[in-house]
Amino acid sequence: MKNNTTILAAAFATALACTGLSGAAMADDKPLAGKTLAFVPTSLGYDLTDGWYNMLKKELEPEGLNIIVRDPNWSTATGAQALVSLISQKPDLLMVQNPDVQSYARLLRRAEGEGIPVLQINMRSSVETTAFVGADWVGIGRAMAESAIESCGEGSGQSGKVSLVQGPLTSASSVYQMEGINAALEGREDITVVSSQAANWDPSQARAITDTVLKQHNDLCAVIDFWDGQAVGSAAAIRRQRGDNKVLLITNGGTEQTAACDNIANGTFDKYMTYNVREQSTDIAELVRKILTEDIRPGGERLDRMTAVNVIDADNLTENSCWKLSDYK
Amino acid sequence: MSNNTVLSRFSKMQWLSLTQEKIVFLLAVVLFVTFSLTLNGFASVDNLLGLLYNVSVLGVLGLAMALVVIGRGIDLSLIATMAISVAWSLTLIRGGLSVEMALLYGMLLAVGIGVLNGWLIAYAEIPALFCTLAMGTLVYGFGRIALIPADVIYMPADPGWFGALGQGEVFGIPAPVIVFVLFALAATLVLRYTRFGRYTYYMGDNYHAARITGVPTRPMLVTQYGVVALIGFVAGLVTAASVDSMNTRIVNSTMIYDVILVVVLGGIGLSGGKGGVRNVVVGTMLIGILLNGMTIMNIEYTVQNFIKGAILLAALIFDSLINPRDEQTAQQGDI
Repeated sequence: MKNNTTILAAAFATALACTGLSGAAMADDKPLAGKTLAFVPTSLGYDLTDGWYNMLKKELEPEGLNIIVRDPNWSTATGAQALVSLISQKPDLLMVQNPDVQSYARLLRRAEGEGIPVLQINMRSSVETTAFVGADWVGIGRAMAESAIESCGEGSGQSGKVSLVQGPLTSASSVYQMEGINAALEGREDITVVSSQAANWDPSQARAITDTVLKQHNDLCAVIDFWDGQAVGSAAAIRRQRGDNKVLLITNGGTEQTAACDNIANGTFDKYMTYNVREQSTDIAELVRKILTEDIRPGGERLDRMTAVNVIDADNLTENSCWKLSDYK
Repeated sequence: MSNNTVLSRFSKMQWLSLTQEKIVFLLAVVLFVTFSLTLNGFASVDNLLGLLYNVSVLGVLGLAMALVVIGRGIDLSLIATMAISVAWSLTLIRGGLSVEMALLYGMLLAVGIGVLNGWLIAYAEIPALFCTLAMGTLVYGFGRIALIPADVIYMPADPGWFGALGQGEVFGIPAPVIVFVLFALAATLVLRYTRFGRYTYYMGDNYHAARITGVPTRPMLVTQYGVVALIGFVAGLVTAASVDSMNTRIVNSTMIYDVILVVVLGGIGLSGGKGGVRNVVVGTMLIGILLNGMTIMNIEYTVQNFIKGAILLAALIFDSLINPRDEQTAQQGDI
């Protein structure tokens, strides 16, 4: 009888220990339980933002993180309003994709002032906050110009004539890309910018502009188009007029399969500047975990992850160069 | 006083009967001659065909808009309808549906939106301006949530005959230009020689009088907006075929104003009952020549906007000097 009791007690103790253990294991499984991350993108619905959002959800929601998103659909004013209301809701972490360096600066400082750490992605605000992940548009612009220099500049035997197809002049990403291009081309005699026009993110306008420019300059060497969604228009004009006698088309974007790799594989785009959204999402997830579990407060340690600008072309294209939105949705 | 002298001096020129359409046409001719003489390569056949190609979608949309504007309406949801219905069709094709079925679904969606517009305007008596403004937002939002996965939908690798709408040519003339010409011809015939056309003018001139005299104004409105949406869908197909994609971001752009501009610039008053296909063609030509010339000159975009605005204002000022509005010519409901 006594023996039995001892055995029972031992069994009970073991069971208790086991439960305790599994409880601890569960806490490790959901280290982010009860925490909230608020995300304000420039707009949902395109490859970059959909990529970050869905990858983060897939990676961090199983760990218990609650992710909320406020979609301003390209309106800076709406984005600012969303930030104001989010600041009063006090999420544990605020993740912001700035439309430009200035618009959200004051609000980001206020958020940090109220103790909400801010993680900025892909566009630095003039205010430094707890964390930053991303490449920058200036770097993309510079990379595009350097690619044009390499293929059209001195020693290439080409005319050096380049046409730029910008986004809207009010769009910061377009303005910063232009800044990068100007910096790379400054003082160069071998490259002539024969046309620099705005197509307003509209492929039809890009097609019309490139069509006209190609007719004016038979020896045009390259077209630099500021966004892949718009560059398909430039590509259509080039294909229509030049056939296989190629004019180099350089563009950039978020490396989603249908927008990028399909178009590189079929020869629509020649050089594609990119930052890998998958890598960025991994970086973001890592920083989110670090900030939330190590309880990093604004004003303390600064965390930075720069994403390298990669160039994808037909030669280095692989099955894994792009990510598929459908895998994450 | 001096104002009066200026006016009377101008009104003496009325024997010339310079309508706004003629003024815009003259402006287009002047610009055309100037560009031909000063810009290398402007007057080449190749460039002129390119010029037509570049404005043909705008022209088709202008024809659609003209139809409702002549009936004293307006359709601000045109671009949203076009973008979402065509993007949905492309999504369906990419999902494995046959091209024909996918286009049929997209067309039904577009016409459905148009008919709903017409019904709300005719039977619920919501002013067209507000109804279509709200409808545009609704359609875009619904489309982005429920119908299409991303804001740019790319053409499938092999779109078949559908691709020829953008890239094809007949006797060297690009397909979009042919589509524009066909639509312009059809619209001329319908507006001039059919009952539907005449009723549209009656409604635009005086809606209530038309109704009293037995014009079926309500079914007419529903038909008008349905037809506009259908034309918009076709314009969208041409767009998608020529740039291998449909970018729904154009809904947030100023494209709808460009369409209205082409209509108003050509001389179709927003107060309705006036104008025809020729006005749209003239307006489209002026915009086409301007854009092409300024692109060749590589004028900076902000300066382009300034020049565009100045020329448009000049045409409007000139028109109001030559054809001043007074109690006799003004209509109730003039904007």
